[in-house]
Amino acid sequence: MKEPILRVENLKTQFKLRVGILKAVDGISFDLYPGRVLGIVGESGSGKSVTAQSIMRLIEPPGRVVEGRILYRDRDLLALSETEMEKLRGDRIGMIFQDPMTSLNPVFTIGDQIGETVVAHQGVTKNVARKRAVELLRLVGIPEPEKRLDDYPHQFSGGMRQRALIAIAIACEPEILIADEPTTALDVTIQAQILRLLADLQKKLGSAMILITHDLGVVSLMADDVLVMYSGRMVELGDVATIFHRPQHPYTIGLLSSIIRLDEPKNSELRSIPGLPQIPINPPPGCAFKARCIRALPICGERDPPPIKTPTGSIVACHAVEADIGARMPVPA
Amino acid sequence: MTQPLLIVDALVKHFRLEPRGLFEAPPLLRAVDGISFSVKRGETLGLVGESGCGKSTTARLILRLIEPTSGSVALDGVDVLACSKKELMALRREMQIVFQDPLSSLNPRMSVGTSIGEPLRFHGLADQVERFDRAREYLEVVGLSADYYDRLPHEFSGGQNQRVAVARALILQPKLLILDEPVSALDVSIRAQILRLLSDLQGQFQLTYVFISHDLSVVKRFCDRIAVLYLGKIVEIAESETLYREPLHPYSQALIRAIPEVKVDGPRASSLSGLEGDVPSPVNPPTGCRFHTRCPHKMPICSEQEPPLKDMGDGHQVACFLH
Repeated sequence: MKEPILRVENLKTQFKLRVGILKAVDGISFDLYPGRVLGIVGESGSGKSVTAQSIMRLIEPPGRVVEGRILYRDRDLLALSETEMEKLRGDRIGMIFQDPMTSLNPVFTIGDQIGETVVAHQGVTKNVARKRAVELLRLVGIPEPEKRLDDYPHQFSGGMRQRALIAIAIACEPEILIADEPTTALDVTIQAQILRLLADLQKKLGSAMILITHDLGVVSLMADDVLVMYSGRMVELGDVATIFHRPQHPYTIGLLSSIIRLDEPKNSELRSIPGLPQIPINPPPGCAFKARCIRALPICGERDPPPIKTPTGSIVACHAVEADIGARMPVPA
Repeated sequence: MTQPLLIVDALVKHFRLEPRGLFEAPPLLRAVDGISFSVKRGETLGLVGESGCGKSTTARLILRLIEPTSGSVALDGVDVLACSKKELMALRREMQIVFQDPLSSLNPRMSVGTSIGEPLRFHGLADQVERFDRAREYLEVVGLSADYYDRLPHEFSGGQNQRVAVARALILQPKLLILDEPVSALDVSIRAQILRLLSDLQGQFQLTYVFISHDLSVVKRFCDRIAVLYLGKIVEIAESETLYREPLHPYSQALIRAIPEVKVDGPRASSLSGLEGDVPSPVNPPTGCRFHTRCPHKMPICSEQEPPLKDMGDGHQVACFLH
């Protein structure tokens, strides 16, 4: 396999709150490869969005990245100056957020906002940027882009606004695209359009993509690799087929069986994971999932489970799975 | 056959918007534009559709939280819209609603126990001691501990607060419960817990449900029959299995195809077939069939005439000129 374009090593992001320290991201590591889509899944509060914001260096006080490295082309993003980071943001790394209304500026036209990115990063004239904006709008499937260029965000529908945001994110043909719940605010028929567009563009540009979502259906359709997060921790990481067909962590197994499938009869049993997720404020030692886990062992309350490589090729952080495998094989650095 | 519990007939709600110019007529937003359906006792009817289709407006019209423009709603033979204020108060005990976001529908400063007992106080049905006992009882009915009585909503998770909202709706022992996106704000692992609770309670208290959702996989799993709405009109009603096995309306077909089902080995996202275009505005809905601007099977008649809801047998109704 090719060299990773982005390497996240032992990332820890914490928020200092009055009630204690919120360990929003607590030791996440993964590699992102060019041309591949990494899906990050987890429920609310699992730390998936904070992971993305940490990579983009968008964490603001009381939050702080306290540990780890984020290597992009052998440069540690966490060590860059703000000016250097600004050059990368929107140029080499594009980002798409969930809510297209709040991430567009209501007082500037769509054309201005796309053009601004092009001018800022490519140093072209306004005229060239305008032409490029038309091309980009066409590329993301806005009909009659010449006419729509001077529209304001409120004149666009939700789906069109998300297309415009995608146009901004890909304006400089980034090597890495980070999409944080890009279709969660959209209706299902529009969601299908946007997912198809994202998949097509990602292929066309050959970018690597991090797709953050709580929707396992979306991940299964879009991702090549999947990282499952729980309470700020990494639970399981592997390729999409392994994660969905041969999940090993009890949380992943529980999550997959909670999916309501269309082909199940009406009266078949609805499965869920008992209990509630914990908010990782001053978390006790041990596995974050232990209270809800059907396979919990005494050791789970004592020590954090280290990520280990399993025979299926995926990486799992679970004492019970580790015991299954017997011999411990630490993850190669 | 016994009479259906709820009969909705030709219900219309038009909202008059602010006029755009001094001399212009104020535009009409046709939120609900002539819908009819009935719900049998003990049945769960699903209302599905995308944003702006009128599903939540329909819920509020049934409860008469807003006044309809025209049409009628009958609950257990009583005309909801002809009721006096006093009669309506009594009638509201028979029908309750659970909203999507429990945090915003619960008073943040009121203990969950007081919230649950509040409807009893409002309707003057129980004194303080009785309310305390009943609220504790209903905490347990929804799977929470009676000792949680004094907790505040912020101490609870979304799923627990949704249980509280369900308890508050049930304490009046209603016949009809309207569930407006009751699990949409919840995480996947919690969603099934709430659905299972709702399903158990339905059996226990012989409840009739109207279940509103944009999530078709949840609706299919939970409902006996489903009505598909598009821009204020019902385009298809059928038994839930039938609707998923053989949807007749092109919009229902598209909705089902657009669901991102968990699929790892099959065709991937590039093959997802969404509908082209956006949902038109309910202010100036398309003429004829409202779906014709996005329909892959559009015929000349579709933009000229409105297709009536036609019975295809076994209660399967569809409004489309193809059938």
